[in-house]
Amino acid sequence: MTTVHDDLGDQVASDVPMRRIKFTINGVRKAAEVEPRLLLAHLIRQGLGLTGTHMGCDTTNCGACTVLVDGRAIKSCTMLAVQADGHEVTTVEGLATASELHPLQEGFKQEHGLQCGFCTPGMMLAAKALLDANPDPTEEDVRWALSGNLCRCTGYQNIVKSVLWAAAKLRSGSASEPAQEA
Amino acid sequence: MYPSRFRYEAPHSLGEAIGLLREGGDEAKVMAGGQSLVPLMKLRFASPELIVDINNIGGLDYHRADADGTLRIGALCRHVDLERSDLLKSTQPTMAAAAPLIADPLVRNRGTLVGSLCHADPQGDWASVVTALGGSVIAQGPAGRRAIPMADFVTGPFENTLEPDEIAVEAVIPAAQGTRAGGYLKLERRVGDFATVGVAVALETTGGTVRRAGIALTGVGGSTVAAAAAAGALTNRALTAETIEQAADLTAQAANPRTDHRGSAEYKRHMVRTFVVRLLSRDGDSAERAA
Repeated sequence: MTTVHDDLGDQVASDVPMRRIKFTINGVRKAAEVEPRLLLAHLIRQGLGLTGTHMGCDTTNCGACTVLVDGRAIKSCTMLAVQADGHEVTTVEGLATASELHPLQEGFKQEHGLQCGFCTPGMMLAAKALLDANPDPTEEDVRWALSGNLCRCTGYQNIVKSVLWAAAKLRSGSASEPAQEA
Repeated sequence: MYPSRFRYEAPHSLGEAIGLLREGGDEAKVMAGGQSLVPLMKLRFASPELIVDINNIGGLDYHRADADGTLRIGALCRHVDLERSDLLKSTQPTMAAAAPLIADPLVRNRGTLVGSLCHADPQGDWASVVTALGGSVIAQGPAGRRAIPMADFVTGPFENTLEPDEIAVEAVIPAAQGTRAGGYLKLERRVGDFATVGVAVALETTGGTVRRAGIALTGVGGSTVAAAAAAGALTNRALTAETIEQAADLTAQAANPRTDHRGSAEYKRHMVRTFVVRLLSRDGDSAERAA
């Protein structure tokens, strides 16, 4: 991976303190040379070209940049890329397989859980962390788990329904429709 | 946005970390969860030359009670660990009430209690909780460890008494005299916002009498407000409508709120009073039921 730095005139490129890190992204092992101040969100978007992780507020408020690190949902704009060294990162690109959408993605489609789509990847990853820990959440559980992710379009109702749809689908195994209406 | 350039070290031992801090002096900063520090660095409110990331140091992610009931919280214990803790639910009502109200679930997955204390934000919830509980911070430096009472730890907004070569390795909550009661109430505009008003109440009671009381306030002063007079008015007395009203008045007097986009000073002071009454009335009820 090539990293290009802005030449700000104050420091020549050889002075930039680079670090070599190894990490796993969506199940694939990677090595990268990163400057310590690079944020995880930038490594994902610019370094790896995975632009499904969105940058919203860039101030630790909105949750659009949510990814999983070792299964925990975190804001990738508020973690340094070097801190991913030795860890496992999952982004929205890691949810679907080549042939099939993840039940969460299907749920957002079925229940109209998105309008502009900007918050959607973050919502899905926060929801995945919830469902991995609690396969049968109540509506309240879902609202609580998503309370760090802001959506300015939907009013949240359909997002909550989408997650409950996905939970039912995951519980019912491979059936094409959820066992119960969410 | 991204921070200014810094040197980054992620040592594997406290000794190594303290050595790095000695080297870095005033320009070095410890990073634990980074949920306050990274945003500050991105906004260039903080531009440390050296970041000492302690996340690779093993054995700091604990929270546990000693045999006598003293609670110890390690520097890498995340908010989420405290939110899910059965130990807190059964023994620490004030902390158990506050844990789910810290920031939002994503921040709670990474941020730490000890880091929040060090950050010393007047709107930090944990500082009020630990102050109300009479807790302290254990600092480790080249000369060993020392305990700093929470009341002395914060010296002003975003200022603490740590020396440049010290790391806050643990927060300590002393054992209760009798039964613990209390809670934390927080008024916020939306999840993840800073408190408009936060009130922490920590009581230790035996046989219906309050043996020790602590009341501390979030977001209504230049730093965490300890309402000592209010706590004193409850000590060695029973919780009655009269003592509760008196404590609520004294707490409201101790608050020093400012009018801002979250509300007027008058409104905030009123909410402080209301929260104290609610927290103490609830505990009065539960003490009666237990008696």
